[in-house]
Amino acid sequence: MDKLINDLKVQIIAQLNLQDIKPEDIADDQPLFIEGLGLDSIDALELIVLLQQQYKIKLSNPSDGPKVFYSVKTMAEYITANQS
Amino acid sequence: MQSPVLIAGLGIISAIGNNTSENITALENGIAGMGDIIYLNSIHRQKIPVAEVKMSNEELAGRSGLSSQISRTALLGTIAAEEAFNDSGIRGLANTRIGFVSANTVGGMDKTEQFFSEFLTNPQKGRLRDVVHHECGSITEIIAEKLGISNFVTTISTACSSSANAIIYAARLIKNNILDAVVAGGADALTKFTLNGFNTLMILDSDACKPFDENRKGLNLGEGAAYVVLVSGSLIAKLKKDPYCKLSGYCNANDAFHQTASSPEGEGSFLAMQGALKNSGLNPRDIDYINLHGTGTQNNDISEGIAIKRLFGPVYPKMSSTKSFTGHTLGASGSVEAVLSALSVKHGMVYPNLRFDTPMQGLPFAPETKFSKNEPIEHVLSNSFGFGGNCSSLIFSKN
Amino acid sequence: MAAYIRATANISAQNTFEGYQALSEPIAYTNNRLSCVEPDYKEFIDPKMLRRMSRIIKMGVTAAMKCLQEANIKMPDAIITGTAYGCMDDTGTFLSKMIEFNEEMLSPTAFIQSTHNTVGAQIALMLQCHNYNNTFVHRGFSFESALIDAKMLLHEGTANNVLVGGLDEITGYSHVILSRFNIYRSGPVSNINLFKTSSKGTIAGEGATFFLLSGDSSVNNYARLDAIHTFYKPSNIAEIEQNISAFLTVNSIGIDEIDLVITGRNGDAKGDAIYQQLNNSVFKDLPAANYKHLCGEYPTASSFALWLAANILKTGTVHPVLLEKHKDEKEIKRILVYNHYQNTHHSLYLVSAC
Repeated sequence: MDKLINDLKVQIIAQLNLQDIKPEDIADDQPLFIEGLGLDSIDALELIVLLQQQYKIKLSNPSDGPKVFYSVKTMAEYITANQS
Repeated sequence: MQSPVLIAGLGIISAIGNNTSENITALENGIAGMGDIIYLNSIHRQKIPVAEVKMSNEELAGRSGLSSQISRTALLGTIAAEEAFNDSGIRGLANTRIGFVSANTVGGMDKTEQFFSEFLTNPQKGRLRDVVHHECGSITEIIAEKLGISNFVTTISTACSSSANAIIYAARLIKNNILDAVVAGGADALTKFTLNGFNTLMILDSDACKPFDENRKGLNLGEGAAYVVLVSGSLIAKLKKDPYCKLSGYCNANDAFHQTASSPEGEGSFLAMQGALKNSGLNPRDIDYINLHGTGTQNNDISEGIAIKRLFGPVYPKMSSTKSFTGHTLGASGSVEAVLSALSVKHGMVYPNLRFDTPMQGLPFAPETKFSKNEPIEHVLSNSFGFGGNCSSLIFSKN
Repeated sequence: MAAYIRATANISAQNTFEGYQALSEPIAYTNNRLSCVEPDYKEFIDPKMLRRMSRIIKMGVTAAMKCLQEANIKMPDAIITGTAYGCMDDTGTFLSKMIEFNEEMLSPTAFIQSTHNTVGAQIALMLQCHNYNNTFVHRGFSFESALIDAKMLLHEGTANNVLVGGLDEITGYSHVILSRFNIYRSGPVSNINLFKTSSKGTIAGEGATFFLLSGDSSVNNYARLDAIHTFYKPSNIAEIEQNISAFLTVNSIGIDEIDLVITGRNGDAKGDAIYQQLNNSVFKDLPAANYKHLCGEYPTASSFALWLAANILKTGTVHPVLLEKHKDEKEIKRILVYNHYQNTHHSLYLVSAC
């Protein structure tokens, strides 16, 4: 799980072009949206693409997004649960 | 004293008809234009419904007098612009300063996509004639040449409000006494670029759209072209013809909230509608029918709905989204709906909002579900709200 | 109604973002593609917005912000942009990914940023500006259309301050494709000496130039934009001369009242022949300056010319690198800007000191 969390941080930074942020700047439990990193709806869509491209998981219902993408930890948990 | 701006001619081609009378027939009979992809060569065939014009490029070429190798946007635009220009009676009039203001969002992208497939394998590959008209402005020039208009031609591109802004700009050119008449509107053909682009935003409905319905799931992309011919007061007198109506007010405002999402309080929409009313000297209760922007997305519709509640409450005019028929024609949507609004004033027509079942929560109004004509329609408000927060509203009135 | 140029900012292949004095030390290039000297965007744009922006958007927004700063205006009454190519980098990115991945697993950012009105929209977003916002995309008239719209707004009284800009970019893809149309010089070419050899082709350029146009004559303006005129595909040189003469007549100006003509000479022999012929007729005896050897050729390059005219009128200086024909010591009060883009889109500006 730790490796997945770390990989995710690197991938999120790249996908969202968060130029001034390093993986160690993102806490595992930190909210990604609104507060915390302050990501928005376009970023949510980018994260959906990230899930598909890197983990072959399709999030077909965007309204599941807020739960899945709440933090890096929740993303990692979702990936672990859904990867066959 | 500024000249009034009258509408002397109309032209339209959309998923529901290849000219004005075919469009009216479809609206009257509740026949929508969305369905499976027929012409576009995309992997989303049979998965995503769209509202295509029911003619192949070869057929459009035959109708427009252009080559079938030319961008579909130019073919559609030419057909609609020619219909409007011929309808107006100003073609060939001497001593008349005539301009052409057109809008599109994709330009010749349908051909550029074809070029790029080959170009990406080898930079020397791909036919140059497929990209020579890539630019939005280049498409406009093809249509202008067919109309025989060369002085005062320009192109506007502000996403979904593009052709509404073209009509506003054209009206002001007349009011500022720079031109006597302007053919104004827009065209957009369906392309893989836009279909895939909108798909990444996850705002496409996998069924036929349900604008302003509580259970709406998204929009259907469409394609088409529509133009109005705006003329000055002195020119309409010379033409000795009855205009369809008057363009009595307009406003261009910006939501300034987010690149693609609309603000929850519908600020941009509110300002555009309010500004158009102020511009026309009308009050909200003077409006008899609103042709909604009504794309069918969760976000657009509630934002527009709230803006309407803020501005019109507690008494609401009839309203409907004709995108339930034509789909969202992007750069052409403003002018498609302008044409339908002008016809609404002329013939007292109110169009139904197809597939509507449940009003949106929190909104004390619902769109019309039946077609009617010969209604006492004096003033119609038409909304076009786009990406980049570009919001424009037009008001059409009996002359 | 005249429009006053209250402020202006320019990002180009020269150090023009630092100001007009940059042209006293022009940057020399030897290739046929001039890329912009880019400022530190972080000074003008929040990192959260910056991360999504491609080059042309960064350039456009930054030039606009600098212009507003100089004008000391927080909220313009209108924002109008002119761009022929729009956001090509984003367009190219989305298009190529769409083809590479066969329409699957595509990411939205490039698509969203590819719409032509993105620069105007991002400016509005940053300023929270709800006012009039428009974008023109008409080839060599994109910037002129924006200027005409701005002037109309000032005349209508619906706006007193209008932010207007002209911008276009070159991308890797676009340069390769445009080169295939044989419009650029081949082999090493000195931009500074561009006009010394008569040859086929010009050099490609790009830029973002913004102006704050105002109806207010009372403050320390750069210059006054008196009039604009455009004409399309003139049949011959006589028609061009007629348009120029008519333009001056309509504005009650004699050719002898023009102190400097700025022309859009771009190094292409065929296109430049027009300017040469005019130098022997309508522009005879007039001091003349050029600019496309400094900024390159692009559809909205006339915005660079207007920036130049405004600065010349404000400072009274014409940097030597600009001059084609000698200028005497007479004060410059009135400038005529004449440009054509590929001999199809011709434009004239009359700009005066104020």
